[in-house]
Amino acid sequence: MISKIERDVGRFRQIVRGRIRRDLKKYMSSGELIGRKGKDFVSIPLPQIQLPRLRFGDNDDQGVGSGDGEAGDALGQEEEGDGAGKAGNQPGQHILEVEVTIEELAEIMGEELELPNIEPRGAKNVDAKKDRYTKIATVGPDALRHGRRTYRQALARQIASGTYRPDDPRVVPMRADMRFRSWKEDVRPERNAVVIYMMDVSGSMGDEQKEIVRMEAFWIDTWLSSQYDGLDTRFIIHDAAAREVDRETFFHTRESGGTLISTAYKLCLKMIEEDYPSSEWNIYPFHFSDGDNWSGSDTRASVQMVREQMLPRVNAFCYGQVESEYGSGQFMNDLQEAFGDEEAVILSHIADKDAVMASIKTFLGRGR
Amino acid sequence: MSTSTDLFEIRFRKGLPEQLREMQAQVEQVARDAGLDFYKTVFEMVSPKEMSMLAAYGGFPTRYPHWRFGMEFEQLHKSYSYGLSKIYEMVINTDPCYAYLMDANALMDQKLVMAHVYGHCDFFKNNMWFQHTNRRMIDAMANHATRVRRLIDRLGAERVEEFIDCCLSVENLIDIHAAAIRRQPRSDDAMLESLREAARDGEEPGLPAAEHFKVDVDHSYMDGYINPPEEVLAMREEALQRSMEPRPIPERPERDVLGFILAHAPLHDWEAEVLAIIREEAMYFAPQGQTKIMNEGWATFWHTRLMTEELATAAEIVDYADHHSGTVAMTPYRLNPYKLGLELFRDIEHRWDTGRHGPDYENCDDLEKRKNWFVDEQGGIEKIFGVRRIYNDLQFVDAFLTEEFCREHGFFTYGKDKTSGEFVVESREFSEVKERLLGQLTNFGQPIVDVVDGNFENRGELLLAHTHTGADLQMDWAETTLANLVRLWKRPVCIQTQLGGRPILIRHDGTEPSRVFLDRSEERPAPDAAKEEGAADDGGETSRP
Repeated sequence: MISKIERDVGRFRQIVRGRIRRDLKKYMSSGELIGRKGKDFVSIPLPQIQLPRLRFGDNDDQGVGSGDGEAGDALGQEEEGDGAGKAGNQPGQHILEVEVTIEELAEIMGEELELPNIEPRGAKNVDAKKDRYTKIATVGPDALRHGRRTYRQALARQIASGTYRPDDPRVVPMRADMRFRSWKEDVRPERNAVVIYMMDVSGSMGDEQKEIVRMEAFWIDTWLSSQYDGLDTRFIIHDAAAREVDRETFFHTRESGGTLISTAYKLCLKMIEEDYPSSEWNIYPFHFSDGDNWSGSDTRASVQMVREQMLPRVNAFCYGQVESEYGSGQFMNDLQEAFGDEEAVILSHIADKDAVMASIKTFLGRGR
Repeated sequence: MSTSTDLFEIRFRKGLPEQLREMQAQVEQVARDAGLDFYKTVFEMVSPKEMSMLAAYGGFPTRYPHWRFGMEFEQLHKSYSYGLSKIYEMVINTDPCYAYLMDANALMDQKLVMAHVYGHCDFFKNNMWFQHTNRRMIDAMANHATRVRRLIDRLGAERVEEFIDCCLSVENLIDIHAAAIRRQPRSDDAMLESLREAARDGEEPGLPAAEHFKVDVDHSYMDGYINPPEEVLAMREEALQRSMEPRPIPERPERDVLGFILAHAPLHDWEAEVLAIIREEAMYFAPQGQTKIMNEGWATFWHTRLMTEELATAAEIVDYADHHSGTVAMTPYRLNPYKLGLELFRDIEHRWDTGRHGPDYENCDDLEKRKNWFVDEQGGIEKIFGVRRIYNDLQFVDAFLTEEFCREHGFFTYGKDKTSGEFVVESREFSEVKERLLGQLTNFGQPIVDVVDGNFENRGELLLAHTHTGADLQMDWAETTLANLVRLWKRPVCIQTQLGGRPILIRHDGTEPSRVFLDRSEERPAPDAAKEEGAADDGGETSRP
C-alpha cells in the first residue's frame, strides 16, 4: 500500500530538484519544520509547491484570536512555517540548519550517479552478539532479583497450596520463589565497513590535489555510510615512510620527500590484520597519489602486496590518481598492467575537480 | 464484510485486536445510548506511516497519482517523525464509515478517538450539508484513480499531471450547493426557448400567447386592472425582441465555473474526464470545508461527554485530561475549530436548558437579571441535536455566537501592523469580531466568483466576475490562475474585480496578463497600453508573477 505514496513522493522530490516539471518551479517555496534532535533544534527543510488559485490577498495578515491583551497590543511575531512545533518560538535557541539530511544526500547521489546498491556478501554479514537482559532465571545474584515476578510466583504457590487468605493478603516469598533477571544472547546481523584512506603527501601533491581527495572522501563516506550500518574511517599518509593520522591532519599535511608507496600498503595491511578481520568487515582501501613512485622495485613490491595480501581481504582496492604538474602518473600504468581487468581493483584518473563525480562513479559504480 | 470492504485495499490486514474490539462495542453502545445515530463504523489499525499516507490522500486508501499527495505525505510524515505532530484519528464520510486508529497510540487514546469518531459519524449521517455526498466515495475515488492511471499510460505522466495541476488551480470555483438544489429555469426561459426553436425551424416568429404574461386573477372583472392590455402587449413584444437577440451564455451568472467549462469549453475527451473527476472530488470535500467548526466541535463535545461520564476509568482520567487539553488548546493566532465548536455547542445546550433565548431574554437589559436568568426548560440536548442537523459553520456562528460568549472567551480581531510587521490586537468589539469571523466563513473563505459571459465582447473569451466582499484578490495568483483557466477554456479569460477600491479587469491571453481599470476610461485600451497603465497604477507591483 505504501508503494503508491512512494511514487507520489518520488515524483514530488524530482519536481523539487528541478528534474521534471520545471514549470512548477515558480510556485515553490522552501518551508521548514523546527524539530528537535537531542539537545539541538534542527531545521528540517520542507519544500512546498502551492498551486495558484483565486484567493484573498491579505488572508494571512488578519484573523480572529483569543486571549489576553488590549487593542493595540502586539501578539509577537508569528512563528514561521506552517505546523512548526512549540519549540520554534523559544528565543535564543541555537538552530542547526540541515539543508538536506545525509540520508537524502546519499539518495540523491545514488540517483544522480546511478550507483548500484552494494550487494551483501555472505561471510561479511557479521552476526553481532549482544547480551540482553530479557530472560528470567531461578538463580542469580540478589542485585538482579525481579521483585514482581518473585511475588507473583509466591502468590501462585500460596494460592495453589491453599495458604493464601484473601482477607489477610500477605505474600511471603521463599527461596524457591525467587526470580532473577537473566540475559539472553541476541544475535543480529550487522554490516560494518571500514574505509582506509591513503594519500601520498610528497612534495608533488599540492593544495588543489588535496582538495580533490577531500571531495572524493566526503562522497565516498556519504555513500558507504548509507550502505552499511557502521562506517569506520582510518587515514594513512605517506611519503618515503607511512604513518597513521587523524582526518584533520590527513587533509592538511604537506611534506616533502620521496615516495615509497609500499610503506603505506604495509601499514594498511597491518591495520587490517590487527583491527579488521576480513570475516567481519567490509574493507575499502582507497589510495590517492599523483602516480610517482620512487623506484620500480618498490612498485613491484606494492603490486605484489596488493595482489597477494590485500585482494583476498578487501571488497575493492581503489586507486585514484590525481593529476599534478610534477607527477609522472606511471604508477597507474603499472597497476593497469599488473591487474588488467581484475574486478576488485578499481583505478580512476582524476584530472581536475570536475572529474570528481565521474571518478566516484567509477569507484562505487561496481556495487562491490 | 460488505462488498465495499472488498474493494478497500487495506482490508482487515491486521484486524482489531480482541481488546479493541471489545472497546469498540462498548463505545458504540454508549454512543447509541447517548442518542447518536450513525452508519456502521469500521475501524482499521494502521501504522504511523500508513496514517500519514491516508491523511495525504484525504482519508482514502486509493487516489489518482499526483505529486501533491507525495508533498503532503512528506510534510505529515516528517513532522510526525520529528515528534512535532501526530494524527490520532481520521474518519471518512462514507457508508459504512471508515475510521483509522494508529497502532502506536495508548489504549486510552484509542478509546477517546473512538468516542470522537462516533461524533463525526453521527454528524456525517445527519447534517443536511452532507446529504448529497456520495457515500460510496471509496469506490468512486478508486475508479478515478484507475481512470487517471489509464490516461497516464496512454498520454504520459507529464501531460496528464500538467492538466491536473491546471484543474486543481481552479477547483475552488465550484457551486457548493449544486448537488443539493436544482436551479429552476425561470418561467419565461421556457417561453423564450420555444420562440427560439420556432425561429430555428424556419417558422415566422409570432407574438407569444398573451396568457403567459398575465398575472392570475381571482375575479375576472379585475383582469383589466391587473393586466392592462397595452402592458401585456408591450411585454409580448419585448419577449419577441429578446428571443431574436443573441443569447447570452450563461443566461444568468453561473457559480459553478468548473461545470460551465465542462459544458462549454472545447476540451478533449480525456481533459473533460480529468476535469469532471476533479470537480466531483472537490464537490465531495466541500461540505467538510463548510462544517469544520461544527463537525469538530460536535465530535469533541461527544468525546468529552462520553469519556467523562461513561467511558474513562479512574486510571485513565489524567491521561484523558492531558490529551483533551491538547486537542482544545488555543494559540493567540489561530482559532481552534475544536475549541470554538465545542464551546458553542456547550453554550447552546446551557442556554436552552436555562431558557436563555427568545425575545424576553434578548430584550432584557438588566445585566444582573440576565446573569441569573433561569427558566427550567431542559431543552439543551434536543436543541443541539437540531442544530447539528441543519446548520453549517457560517449559519452556526451567525446564529449562536453571542456577545456574552465572545466576551467570556476573550475573542479579538488582529491584524498586521504595517510599520513593525508585528501582529497586533485590533479590536475586542463584538460586532467586529463577529463580522471578521463571518467574513472568513463566507463561501468557506473562498472568493465568490461567477461566470458572467462565455462569449465576452463576442470574441469567445470567458468573463468571470468576482463579487467583492471587502478583501482584494491576490493579484499575482489571480493572474497565474487565469493562465491556467486559459489552458482549459482555450481562449483568453478575464476577471472583473476590485483593486484598492477601484473596479479592474484582469485579462490573460495565454502568454501574458494585462490589467485595465474600468473607472478610468470608457474605451478598452490596447493590451500593451493596458499593461503599462496597470503596472503604473498599483505602485510598481509587477503585473506578472
